[in-house]
Amino acid sequence: MKLVTAVVKPFKLDDVKSALESLGIQGMTVSEVQGFGRQRGHTEVYRGAEYTVDFVPKVRIEVLVDDADAARVVDVVVGAAQTGSIGDGKVWTTPVEDVVRVRTGERGPEAL
Amino acid sequence: MTSLDSGDTAWLLVCTALVLLMTPGLAFFYAGMVRAKNALAMLMQTYAAIGVVTVTWVLVGYSLAFADGNRVLGGLHFLGLANQDEPVPGFDLTVPPLLFSMFQLMFAVITVALIAGAVADRMRFGGFVAFAALWSVVVYAPLAHWAFSPDGFLFKAGVLDFAGGTVVEINSGASGLALALVVGKRMGWPREAMPPHSLPLTLLGAGLLWFGWFGFNAGSALHADGLAVNALVATHLSGVGGMLAWLVVERWRTGSATTLGAATGAVAGLVAITPACGFLQPLPALLLGAVAGVVCLYAVQVKFRFGYDDSLDVVGVHFVGGVVGLLFLGLFAAEAANPGVVREGLLLGGGLDLMGRQLLAVVVATAWAFGATYLLAKALDRVYPLRVAEEHEVVGLDQALHAESAYDLGGVRATGRFPA
Repeated sequence: MKLVTAVVKPFKLDDVKSALESLGIQGMTVSEVQGFGRQRGHTEVYRGAEYTVDFVPKVRIEVLVDDADAARVVDVVVGAAQTGSIGDGKVWTTPVEDVVRVRTGERGPEAL
Repeated sequence: MTSLDSGDTAWLLVCTALVLLMTPGLAFFYAGMVRAKNALAMLMQTYAAIGVVTVTWVLVGYSLAFADGNRVLGGLHFLGLANQDEPVPGFDLTVPPLLFSMFQLMFAVITVALIAGAVADRMRFGGFVAFAALWSVVVYAPLAHWAFSPDGFLFKAGVLDFAGGTVVEINSGASGLALALVVGKRMGWPREAMPPHSLPLTLLGAGLLWFGWFGFNAGSALHADGLAVNALVATHLSGVGGMLAWLVVERWRTGSATTLGAATGAVAGLVAITPACGFLQPLPALLLGAVAGVVCLYAVQVKFRFGYDDSLDVVGVHFVGGVVGLLFLGLFAAEAANPGVVREGLLLGGGLDLMGRQLLAVVVATAWAFGATYLLAKALDRVYPLRVAEEHEVVGLDQALHAESAYDLGGVRATGRFPA
């Protein structure tokens, strides 16, 4: 099994979610995060004094998938989140040792 | 004694309530500008000013400001609000003297509360309360006597100050600077960014201030008459002038017109018109607001050059705005606005006579407020420290001093009653 993690622009969340649903993905975890990559922050002005805000708000999406689906899920997320401008984010996969469904105790791919 | 007038009395009753409302308005104006961890502490200091200054004013302050005395200080005849069936020396009141004492109380309250902005985020609550109690008697009452009482030496010198350019604006600004120097800078200032945490609160507060300012300025006519109307119109026009001028200049300088700029510009215009509202015709009032908006926009940058942490710009807006308003009268004070104007401004053919008197008021009020407050704060700090512990400043004053948080937005938080 694999964990697919995507950090994308917040306004792209709905597109990514719909794309994953159309693939038949059963669930995901979403959190609001901040950070920077090549895209840096922005400037705000209060009473003429300028402040730089280094971290940009992003959304992190985490999806657990079967090994066979991982590559396709990554492609779908990238396709849905892409705008072509700087700050589109990143998607990566990590191996997952075990997964347990809390309600039933099922383990492994059964629990996805 | 002149007989009572029910219209005047009704008007001043309303104005007293309006001026009271300015202090909660100021509380929100300020609280929105501090960081979220200190929002309650800022609200608390301003509300505490209502409590503490009311007591000191009733016991001592009012008497020292307005009872029969000499040119420098009033007497003790009104201690504890005694003898309110007797006239207030120098005034031809058509309202009960007791009402006048409450109207004046609200000015003392907000002046103390204004100072809190200069030292935001780093004063002990007890330290601020002690300072407020002492300052309202030692610094405020004498200056109120000099400029507001017809027995005071600034009043007798022919200074024009309709509603408190000296007593409220210069006084709070210069005292705020002195207190900020005694208490020191916030940890991390100016290296760390300390942007406002809630501009909607600040704009709400500015709106309440603007509303209350009609009572502050037009109420200072002490009658429900044409002069009160003149003051109200001038007040509104100057607030508008300040807001628009600030927005235009900042749009040109930084590329954006900001909500904080709108609120601050309006307050700058309202500050500047405070001494002037009873002596200016409408168009000069609009011009004064615009001048104050531009001058104050540049004045709030000065602290970065000189390195004093006037956190919420009490110096840049109230001190500077007060000076602009007082000196503007030296140019534009008009008999047409107020038949009581015996010396008109320079541009209305009155020469430099009035300007000299206005300048005297600026110098005297600044020197007194800064000097007396500096000594008072230094002395108080020795026996009763004014500044919070470093760890409290880092955690935030709300949790450290008041055992509360301003915002609980329902996030993950392990809560339970203690003791369980």
